[in-house]
Amino acid sequence: MNTLNELRNVLFVLMILSLAVGCGHGTSDQMSGEEHAQLTQAPYVPPLITRTHPTKVIVDLEVREVVKQLADGVEYVFWTFGGDVPGSFIRVREGDFVEFHLHNHPLNKLPHNIDLHAVTGPGGGATSSFTAPGHTSIFSFTVKNPGLYVYHCATAPVGMHIANGMYGLILVEPKEGLPPVDREYYVMQGEFYTEGNYGDSGLQPFSMQKALTETPDYVVFNGSVGSMVGDNSLKANVGESVRLYVGNGGPNLISSFHVIGEIFDLVYNEGGSNALQKNVQTTLIPAGGSSIVEFKVNVPGNFIMVDHSIFRAFNKGALGMITVKGADDKTIYSGKQKDELYSGNNSVSSSVNSNTGELKKNNGNPEYVSKYSSGESKVDENLLKTAMSGSDKSSSPGSLFNLGQTVFNMSCVACHQADGKGIANVFPPLANSDWLAKHSKEEAIKNVIAGRTGELTVNNKTYNGIMPPQNIDDTQAAAVLTYVYKKFAGKDVGVSPDEVKKVRAGNK
Amino acid sequence: MRKTKKNILFFLVLCINTLVAQSNKVNPTNNMVLISGGVYIPLYGEKNNDVKIKVSSFYIDKYPVTNAQFLEFVKGNPKWRRSNVKMLFADKNYLSHWENDLELGNNVLPNSPVTNISWFAAKAFCDYYGKRLPTVAEWELVAKASANHPDGSKDQNFIKQILEWYSKPMDEKIPSVGLYGKNYWGVYNMHGLVWEWTSDFFSSLVTGESRGDSGLERNLFCGSGSVNASDFKNYPAFMRFAFRSSLKANYTTNNLGFRCTKDFNKKGN
Repeated sequence: MNTLNELRNVLFVLMILSLAVGCGHGTSDQMSGEEHAQLTQAPYVPPLITRTHPTKVIVDLEVREVVKQLADGVEYVFWTFGGDVPGSFIRVREGDFVEFHLHNHPLNKLPHNIDLHAVTGPGGGATSSFTAPGHTSIFSFTVKNPGLYVYHCATAPVGMHIANGMYGLILVEPKEGLPPVDREYYVMQGEFYTEGNYGDSGLQPFSMQKALTETPDYVVFNGSVGSMVGDNSLKANVGESVRLYVGNGGPNLISSFHVIGEIFDLVYNEGGSNALQKNVQTTLIPAGGSSIVEFKVNVPGNFIMVDHSIFRAFNKGALGMITVKGADDKTIYSGKQKDELYSGNNSVSSSVNSNTGELKKNNGNPEYVSKYSSGESKVDENLLKTAMSGSDKSSSPGSLFNLGQTVFNMSCVACHQADGKGIANVFPPLANSDWLAKHSKEEAIKNVIAGRTGELTVNNKTYNGIMPPQNIDDTQAAAVLTYVYKKFAGKDVGVSPDEVKKVRAGNK
Repeated sequence: MRKTKKNILFFLVLCINTLVAQSNKVNPTNNMVLISGGVYIPLYGEKNNDVKIKVSSFYIDKYPVTNAQFLEFVKGNPKWRRSNVKMLFADKNYLSHWENDLELGNNVLPNSPVTNISWFAAKAFCDYYGKRLPTVAEWELVAKASANHPDGSKDQNFIKQILEWYSKPMDEKIPSVGLYGKNYWGVYNMHGLVWEWTSDFFSSLVTGESRGDSGLERNLFCGSGSVNASDFKNYPAFMRFAFRSSLKANYTTNNLGFRCTKDFNKKGN
């Protein structure tokens, strides 16, 4: 009986021991070790944390006041955490003890500090990190709450320090870690208030007036217009999962973050530690807030990140690009299969093969026009009126020019812009375009009616986008080119509907 | 009646001060400008803005103190030479842009404002010449004058120009004094060249946490409870206050210099 009891006791002790050992293999709350945080500049993110215990992390962040490019030909004095906007990405783990060293470079003019939203304590660190130029402040904190947090400068006048670029992200990974993904990137939105208008060249000073009225000329991702387009676009391969750590420095605007042609499979709303929402099209990111979004890329192509407050994307710079490479999957996305003319309530009268530009039926004749006129859409009727006057006097360059303007405003303006300057690095300019100067009318016609894909160099800048074939008739095509040549290239060459017809025929 | 008494008392104090200060070696008002007194409203005052500081007339240096002038001073005052100064009175960057104790070197313009100067050093310089550092109130009173008006604080262009300088990183080489930036009083370079020390910089009432400074818990100005900025749109003033608040008296920085003031003696010196 006694021996049995003893045996039971021994077993019990063994059980406890094995439990303790088991815990040692999993995560632990025991603080151990010390390391220097590896910081990265956007769009890059430090590697996943593989540690299973909290540690002491030393963060060295240097404040620099630097002159850098805000857009092509536009410079701005950025105040930065780490030399760039947004500030360096900091990655730590829940429970870590962070020893923060804030260095204010001796050549800086101003004192600065840092408020990390990941800190619980007065000012989020701002009260302990106020630093004169040429000095360093050290303070420490424990990151108790997992999530993606904004940090920013909070020195008076705080709005101006943020408006000049003093914000970044600190990720506190949960103890259990984040699910692995194939790609992680860092994207942060912020707006800039310049004395000059969008695109005005030279060094642009901060406009206090525009900041107070919250009317920025620039709304950008990662500190400048075009920071993530062309060669600098984010990269991924078909089938990969992508996680974006998205922040919004503000200082004023809320972002409606959207990736054109993608759906966020998962969203960690407002940068919290739980992915609460699936299948999201557009996620709201408050000023001084963040969001983590994840999605799998299924098909190749360019996917454009925008602030879906869309004038910011098209006119103020809030555009970035994710380039996905790999094999097509036509069952997920077919690409354009057919391009047909649509004539209102009439039966289909003609169509264009999008690959060849072949016209099955001549659409330049009066019969087409009358059929077109029976359409019900008001927009179509308006276009028709102009189109008819153009057709009637197709020999008159003046009226072709007017029709061309209408066509341009309906079909071209969204990408090439009203001033013909396009969008830097995304849509090529027509205004003073060396491409137009170097190439024949015929080639220009071909681009309009058959579209154009692939690399293109205009004014020493390389573009790699897609211009779809324009679903317009010979007269409209002739008109819009007449308009473009005269208005943007200063050449009164005129393009006739017959010339367009010839190109269509030759394009077969 | 009460006011008159006060004024008389005030002038008495002034005269005594001046008498004490008369023991200087050089004509104190050489290259100084007389500023008529006025009222200064601190950036951080009470909510109803009734905190006004009366500033009596005073002399202020026309230019910031230059490297050459400070060199003369350290020649006569060995304890303020770079290698002799105590860390308590100046940090390790004190005069670090100079070649050595008594030579400026090729990279320093003799006529550019002296920087990398601690508050103690600036104060010692002014004392030596029978002057003193300006108070924040005095400095701000002179600084608010635009080129053609004693009060440019509502002149948006004037504010814009100042803000532009504050926003820019430092010049590689600080230009000489007196080349530009002459204000209504005939004082040069109050803006656009270097920051300047004031005698009471430590009372500038900005903590590191700018947003808390307007909060109720800050007991900052003359013991009064709530603290609010008197002019939320005066960004340049905010920046100066923030800058002053980030300093300690032994700090030296690359872009911080000083100039001296002196009480006005009615006899006109």
